Order: sequence, then C-alpha cells, then structure tokens
Amino acid sequence: MLILRRILALVVKEFLLILKDKKSRFIVIGPPLIQFIVFGYAATYDLENVRYAILDESRSTLSRQLLNGIDGTGIFRLTGDLVSQDQIAAFIDSEKARLVIHIGADFEERLRQAETTSIQVIADGRNPNVALIALGYVNTIVQQFNQDLVQQGLATSGSPKLQLVDRAWFNGNLQSRWFIVSALGGIISMVVVMILTSLSVAREREFGTFDQLLVAPFTPAEILLGKSLPGMTFGLLNALIFSAAAVLWFHVPFRGTVVALVVALLCFIMTQVGIGLLISSLSMTMQQGLLGAFIFIMPAVILSGFATPIENMPHWLQQANMLNPVRYIIIALRSIFLQGADLAMVWPHLWPLLLMAAITLPLAAWLFRARSI
Amino acid sequence: MINSKHSTEEYSPPQNVILDICDLHKYFVGKDKTTTHALHGISLQALRGQVTGLVGVDGAGKTTLIRIATGLLLPSSGSVKVLGLDSVADTLEIQSLIGYMPQKFGLYQDLTVVENMALYADLQGVPPKERAEKYARLLTMTDLQKYTKRRAGALSGGMKQKLGLACALIKSPALLLLDEPTVGVDPVSRRELWKIVYELVKKEGIGVIVSTAYMDEAERCDHVIALHQGEILAEGTPQDFIKRMHDRVYTVSPTADDKVRQIYTRLATHQNVVDTTIRAGKVRIVLKTSNQNAAVLFEDDRLQVQPVEPSFEDAFTAMIPAAAHDFQPDGIKPENRQASGTESEVVIDIRKLQKNFGHFAAVNNLNFSVRRGEIFGLLGPNGAGKSTTFRMLCGLLPASSGDISVAGYNLHRSRARARSRLGYMAQQFSLYGQLSVRENLRFFGKAYGLSAKHLHQRIEWAYAEFGLEEWQNKAAGMLPGGYKQRLAMAAALLHEPEILFLDEPTSGVDLFARREFWLRINSFAEQGVTVVVTTHFMEEAEYCDRMLIMSQGETLAIGTPTDIRTLACTAENPQPTMDDAFIALAEGTISTSSMAQNQRQFGGAR
Repeated sequence: MLILRRILALVVKEFLLILKDKKSRFIVIGPPLIQFIVFGYAATYDLENVRYAILDESRSTLSRQLLNGIDGTGIFRLTGDLVSQDQIAAFIDSEKARLVIHIGADFEERLRQAETTSIQVIADGRNPNVALIALGYVNTIVQQFNQDLVQQGLATSGSPKLQLVDRAWFNGNLQSRWFIVSALGGIISMVVVMILTSLSVAREREFGTFDQLLVAPFTPAEILLGKSLPGMTFGLLNALIFSAAAVLWFHVPFRGTVVALVVALLCFIMTQVGIGLLISSLSMTMQQGLLGAFIFIMPAVILSGFATPIENMPHWLQQANMLNPVRYIIIALRSIFLQGADLAMVWPHLWPLLLMAAITLPLAAWLFRARSI
Repeated sequence: MINSKHSTEEYSPPQNVILDICDLHKYFVGKDKTTTHALHGISLQALRGQVTGLVGVDGAGKTTLIRIATGLLLPSSGSVKVLGLDSVADTLEIQSLIGYMPQKFGLYQDLTVVENMALYADLQGVPPKERAEKYARLLTMTDLQKYTKRRAGALSGGMKQKLGLACALIKSPALLLLDEPTVGVDPVSRRELWKIVYELVKKEGIGVIVSTAYMDEAERCDHVIALHQGEILAEGTPQDFIKRMHDRVYTVSPTADDKVRQIYTRLATHQNVVDTTIRAGKVRIVLKTSNQNAAVLFEDDRLQVQPVEPSFEDAFTAMIPAAAHDFQPDGIKPENRQASGTESEVVIDIRKLQKNFGHFAAVNNLNFSVRRGEIFGLLGPNGAGKSTTFRMLCGLLPASSGDISVAGYNLHRSRARARSRLGYMAQQFSLYGQLSVRENLRFFGKAYGLSAKHLHQRIEWAYAEFGLEEWQNKAAGMLPGGYKQRLAMAAALLHEPEILFLDEPTSGVDLFARREFWLRINSFAEQGVTVVVTTHFMEEAEYCDRMLIMSQGETLAIGTPTDIRTLACTAENPQPTMDDAFIALAEGTISTSSMAQNQRQFGGAR
C-alpha cells in the first residue's frame, strides 16, 4: 500500500507539472494540431494548378482538340498563349509556367496524311518531382488523343499491340493524402512524447529537484514509471484523436482493427518514451534535452518511409534503418488503415519496437543515478 | 547625525556630489495590477572619493536604486542626477561615464579572461592604443595575470567576480556602482576585491556605490545608507551608527551547566533582547534599549553578562523593525523522538574518502565522523570540494575510494528505504516552482511514505512552524527568497529525518532569514537531529559544534570553532575571527602540523 501511495504521488506530480505549465500544455495540443493541418492539407504529391503555356503554331481543329484534352483534366491552368519560340525561355525562367507545350505548324497536315508527328513539351526541371508527374499526365493525355484519332479514322490502331490496364490496390485513386495521413498518428505522438520526455529529467536536473527525488526512497524503476506515464498517456491520446480525425475529417478509410491500432501505438510510444528519457537522462539542461530530441526526430522521420520510399535508399542505409523505430510504426499504421491488418498481421513490425523499449527504458533508469554529478 | 538626510551637505562642496537623488519614487505594476512600491521618497547624495554603502534586507530596494542610477530603470517620479547629468534625459552619456557590476555580471563563459575584457573594451569603445596598458593594469590589480587564457566559465567564483570588476572598470569610470559584488565569494577573494575598490577610490578619487549583505563590509564604507522597504531608515558614517549602540551589546559565556547552544536558544526569546548570535564561542546579545546595568535583566536566568564593543551589524539588526525578525522558536518542543541511540553514537563515519574526476582529485583523503545531535559544518571557498563531499554523503555521487557510512549505510549502494532516514535540502532550494506550497509538501510527504493522517499532521506542523499557511496556495516559484528557503526546509523535515543534510542553506537569503535559520537548526539539533551543513559564511561556522575546513579537495582543519580560532591566535591578533582563521589557513600561514591536538578528536585531519 505504502509503495503504491508513493508511486501514485510521483505520477500525480508528473501530471501536475505538465498540466500546470502553460508551455507544456501547449506542447500537448499545439504541435499535433499544426502537424495534422500541415500534413493533411499541404503535404500531397497529387498535382493541382500546374501552370502551363502553349505555343500553338498549327492553330487547327486537331491541335485544339489535343489542347482541350489537357485543359479538361483540371490539373493544368493555362497562363500564356505564346506566339513565338523566343517567349518560351522567359516563361519558364520566371516560373510563369512549369510546362510549355509546343505544337508545330504542320501538326494537322501530317496527321491527316497519316504520318507520325510529334509535339514538344518543355518542363521546368528545377523541381523534378513536379516535372516528372506533369510529364506523366501529358503522356496519358497524348495516348488518349491517339486513341481518339483511331476512332475518328485518322490513324490505324496498329501501333499499341499491348495495352496496360493498371489498378492500384488499397488506394484506388492513389491519393497521396491517404498515404500521408494514415501514418500521421505515429509522427504526431512521436513529437509530443519526445518533447515531453526529453525535457522531463533534464528540467528536474536543471532546477535541482532531481536530486530531491534521488535522495528520497524511490527506486529508479519507480522514477521511471512516474516519468513514463504522462508521456505514454498524452502520446496515445494524441495519436488516437488524430487517427479518428484522419478518418472523420480527411475520409481516410480505416479497414483494420482498433485493437491492432492501440497496441501498435502503445508499442511505439513505449519505445519513444525510452529514447526520450535516455536523451533526457544524458542531458544536464533542458536545452540539451530538446536539442537531443530534435537530433533524433529529424533523421528518424526522414528515414522512416513517411514521405519518401525506403526502397529508394542505398542498401546500407536500408539496413541501418532496421534500428529506426519510426519505420516500423509507419508500416504498421498503413497496413492497419489501408490494408485492413489485424494484430497478428502487424506483429512482425511490433516486436522490434518492444525490443527497443526493453533496452532503452532500463538504460534510462540506470542513467538517472549514474549520470549524476 | 543619524536620520538627518541633509547632513552630508555640511561637509561637502557640491561639485563633489556624483549622485544626487531627490524624492525618488519607483512603483512596479504587476501582472495582476498590484502595485509594488519599491522606492518611496528617497533623497540621498553620494560623494566623489568615497565608498557609499547601501545596506538592507531583501526587498529593501537596493538593486532598484542602483539600476535607476545607471539609467537602466526609469524613476516613477523624482529627480536623479548622476555626475550632474539627468538620468532620464542623458542616459547614454551617463552610461559611458559609469562602471556598473550587477549581481551576476554578464561574463561570456566560453571566452577567455582576456577575450572577455576585449569584448567589454569594444562595447565601451576604449581606443585600441590605450588597451594594452589598461589590460595590464587591471590584470595586475585583480591578480588574474596567470589566468588570461583561461575560460571565464572555468574560473572560481571569486575570480569571476574580480574579472567582472575588471570589465566594469575597463573605461576608468568616474562612478562605480556595485550590486552585492561579494555574494558567494570566499573570505580571501572578498578581502582582495575590497582592496581593489579602496585603492581605486584612494588613487583615482572615483566614487563608489556598493550594496552589500555583509555587515563587516558596510562597516568599512565611508558613508552608509540603511534602506528598509523602499525607505531610508538612517544614514551616516558607520561610527554614527555604532555610537547609538552603547550599553546595548553584551556577551554571555557558557558555564558548566549551560552549553552555548542552550543559552543561545533561551536568549533568542528573551523579552529584552532583539538579536542573538554565537560569536567566538559566546552568545552575543543586543538589548532592546540601552541599559548600563544589564546584569540585572538576566539575574533570573543566572547568566553572567559582559559588555562588549558594538559593531555595525548590531546597529543594523537593532534598527530594522521587529516585523522582519518575527521568528520565535516556541513552536519547537523537544519531542524526544530520537529515543534510540545516545549522544555519543557515531552517525556518520567517513574514512579515506577520495573522489577523482579524471586526474583531478576533487576530494582527497577525507576523514571525519559526526555524532548524533551534532551540527557539523563543511566550510571552504567555492571549488573546495564541499559539494562533492556532500553529494557523496547523500548517495548522489559514487566515491572513487574510501568508506562512507551514514546511519550505517553507504547510500549510493544501499536500498532505497535506507534513504528515508535522511533529509536533504539542496543549494538552490529545489522545489517544484509550478506546484503550490501545499502540493510541494504533499508530494514530498508522500514520497517518504507518510500515511494520510500523519501527512496531514506534518503539513499542519510545517504551516505553523514556518509560517507558510497563508502561502499554501501560492506557486512555490513565486515565493520570496526567504519563504522558498523555509518551504525547502519544511519539505526536507516533513518525514522527521534523523540526519539533515543542508547544502548552502543560507546563500541568497538576507541576514534575518539567516538568523532565523540557525535558530531553527539549533533547536532541531537539541532534539537529537544530526545536521551536516555547508556554508561559505565563515561567521556561521560559530553555530556548528564541529567543523571541517576544506580547500581544493584537501582538509585544512577540523575541530570545534574554538579550536579553529585558537589556531589563528597570534601576538598581533589575540582574538581572531573565523574569517581571520580561514584566511590564515587558506594562505598557509598556519601549518597543518599545528593541528596535532585535533587529531586526537573524532576523525582528525589526515
């Protein structure tokens, strides 16, 4: 009973410290909300509003038919109708257009004579992502135009013998928002947990109260428990709230089981608490603690596959990434949301997290006393 | 001359006035729209070629007054003329003519001594031609020549203050303003700092205004202004103050029946006494009113009183209204909790204790022991190894070698439960600043496993004993300094520890809070609590039963206060103070071999 009372006092104190402090209260609410909005709305690979210009020297029915096809996608926005080749460079340079479509004067003539003709597409390569995706769209439109020509009897259907019919599973329209937002719960809880825990020991060291805890009859395990619970609670709450918001606000499908979601998040947050407390125990000031947290967060997120595919990384980096806890939760969350995974299916991604927690948490507890100067 | 604010004009030609303040008021409006009157109708003058001292307890307005004189704060009303210039209109010009050293001087910890000086020379616009000569002079003066390449962060507390002073002097100011320049500085450095200041005044004829918490420093000023709650209580030369104290200061010697500490506790509550201290092994008392026949007052107590020369400190404590020293230790009744064990039982035993950080021995071959109910002092300048020793005793730091036994345990290795027998108060009154007084107490009580009923009783005790009841819902971080100290102490005592560890408990609190503190500690020791305390106030060593003086990790001396003082006895100085003894020990004037008689005592040196 007495031990429970002591531990309870410690836990209550930790919660009070967070709830009573304006800045800590903000950390629990502010950054998650900002991330949710920023990632939900701004972080998308789907192009919209691509500015383009045309240089149509043909000015014919067929050239207009092609250009209408481009205009009709709703992805492109016409910003200029050029009259000479000299204008192209100026338009691209000044970013008035990301694409310029140049149709030659003999365009219709050659097509009507059943000859092959080409159009020139100039893209702004300064942002390769946009250029590649935009070129892809234009390609699709040109293919569509070719098929129209066959229907109109202007061309023979000889050329494409094999036709590719693609269909994406789990995300039928390949919306990148689903891809980003489904994993957002992990990233949000990580930032909250890392900031809260990385400050917790360092703050007490800076104000000298940590010594008071160490001379009181607390065991390191008890202090660890007290320090972990607030981070776990606020991290899990945030992750669950924003997972629900992903479904309700951004209409991301939730196909898996809630049990799988909660267990996966818990495993991940435990690892985060372990790493956060480890950083905090090593820090003598809050500044060091916070800096340490960000030094961890930045590469962990970039390498996690949250935004860029892990498969694109060099082999050695992919191997090293096996130590990155964020990688596992991103995979687990996406399979739960989009693929409909249950606990058994995500388990292969959870035991590495538990293993990491089993190492970092006791190490942090040991450092409480060992690091004292 | 006391209380006549305009008397200075009689003996001073006006051109000598470097600071002229007339009817100055300063209000601060807080967040909650409450107005604090920091200064209330202050009029004063300070002269060239003099050291003017500002004394007063916390919240007297010393720092505010100095900051207004530097132009950093604007007066709410009234006029302030510095070197004939108006502090509001000519702020920039004033700031180029004065030197100012705030309580914490802004040294750049990662720059070297010389780089810091160069930086301030740049900031002050000192011409490059003059610099080399100026650096050399200031470095010689502050005795820092050997350390020019050392990082400021790696200097000792005393050296940092001297470097701060050197930086403040880089432009040869006409007026030097020093805000508590010697807080936390050991006696040797303190003496050096003052020597520098006096030389400046004598040779260059500048004016110095200094606020201080040390009464012996105030006594050496040419002119002293005593502030209290934003008003001038009195001003004059230190002698003017002391003159008033005739037939008011006495000492009481201990007898076979009465130990010093017992007499001290008894007299602290005596109706005719305003101030009680232990000095040179005797109880020193200041009477409420002059009385040539003081012996009569204490006949009932069968005490022998002896008149002594009053000091400035006596005058100052007698002058402050009684409300500032309201503490009466009547709330402490001997509960005889420590029924187990006898007085001679050794509670702390340290043998051959060693702590190395790399090649550097922070603590070298330390031996001592402490008996139940003793007040044991660890003294020494900053960096002497006091805190390191202290942290090893509490189990916060592992020892490199040697044996530590605190209540039979080495607390670094023992089970957590063993720690419940000690109370610990850290240097910076470690409290949870965001939590209220009550929440802090509840947490620390529960941390030591007090049951709900017992906790309630103890918190009630803490409220009553430390006068914390009215503050119970206030966040600990918002408490005034003296109350923070009280709360920290209450938190450390809540679980009724057998052994109390106090690390610099009196630094950063004013004279009266210090007086009150020692009175309390004394009564706890009377109840059988063993107290281990570090301090850099040498006169506080007098309250200890025994003490250990350390310097650079080495033991300089160990023994009773009388033993230590006797060491410094010379023909020129037959009655040395604790400060004298410390300086003699630190400078090596007394060899450690003269400690022979102490080695028979507990622990002994080496």
